Amino acid sequence: MKDKNSGMTLIVKTVTRWTVLLIMLYGFYITFFGHLGPGGGFAGGIIVVLSFIHIILAYGKDFVVKKINENIAGILETTGGLLFLTIAILGLFTGIFFKDFLGKGKVFSIFSAGIILPANIAIMIKVGFGMLSAFLCLILFSSQQEENKKKE
Amino acid sequence: MEILISILIFIMIIAALISLEIKDLLSSVVSLAAVGLILTLLFLLLQAPDVAIVQFVVEILSLVILIRATIIRDDSVYDRKYDRKSFIYRISALFCVIIFLIFVIISLKNLPPFGTKIYNKLADYYIKNTINDTGAVDIVAAIILNYRAYDTLGEATVLFTAILGAVLVLRKIGRLRNER
Repeated sequence: MKDKNSGMTLIVKTVTRWTVLLIMLYGFYITFFGHLGPGGGFAGGIIVVLSFIHIILAYGKDFVVKKINENIAGILETTGGLLFLTIAILGLFTGIFFKDFLGKGKVFSIFSAGIILPANIAIMIKVGFGMLSAFLCLILFSSQQEENKKKE
Repeated sequence: MEILISILIFIMIIAALISLEIKDLLSSVVSLAAVGLILTLLFLLLQAPDVAIVQFVVEILSLVILIRATIIRDDSVYDRKYDRKSFIYRISALFCVIIFLIFVIISLKNLPPFGTKIYNKLADYYIKNTINDTGAVDIVAAIILNYRAYDTLGEATVLFTAILGAVLVLRKIGRLRNER
């Protein structure tokens, strides 16, 4: 292993390039079909984040940190939490907290079941980017420690 | 079915004991992963696919983080010292386990036998009226995001607080300031 931050071998990188979008797509599927089958925002968000972690482990942290650092992840996490709260407060205008203001829709179609689908999406953003920010902090801190050791 | 579940629980207990007692940290993490994956199988056998998916996915994420953490740290083998105090600790632990088992036996006597239907008014209401009330097919999603959405809001707040604490402890600026 020459450099820890440059990622793994060419084989791993190629396999990652082919599979990472499929993993992310599966996460979105689990989220968007949460009211039609097993799954939901929590599991879907973590699967989406696992695809990010897949990239980090295969390509090294520098490849990802250029595009998304822990500040952006934190902001996105807060956005997800506020989105969920907004859905709850929008129900307040039509009656009570968390009231279903969107209507039931046609059963067995994707755009049905009222607030469950937007709430699932909000929870996906919140849980996913929360976990990603924790993981990024772990990685960035450990690399910072190594750099300090090298300086000494 | 009951025998299969018993065997799986037995393997789970053995893996948990191995992960506690083994000296190599990486082997400990791997046997802990075995505990979680067998738990996923148990949820599937008990017909709870929602919980099984969440358990499986969180298990994989925590496994990646734990393996990375144990590989980065060099002191993977640590020595456990037994001194005189550990005897007292063991006796007190045995005492606590015995008290716990007494209460478990009392509470398990009141449970209905495995596989029989529990007549619960709330569960019957959910099964009959979920589609009419919310329009969702998956009853679990309807419960956690429509009937009991307050609980999910609290859960999201707990997760937010936990990650906030982790980021605050691990952030770089505070570490750098301390080193200066």
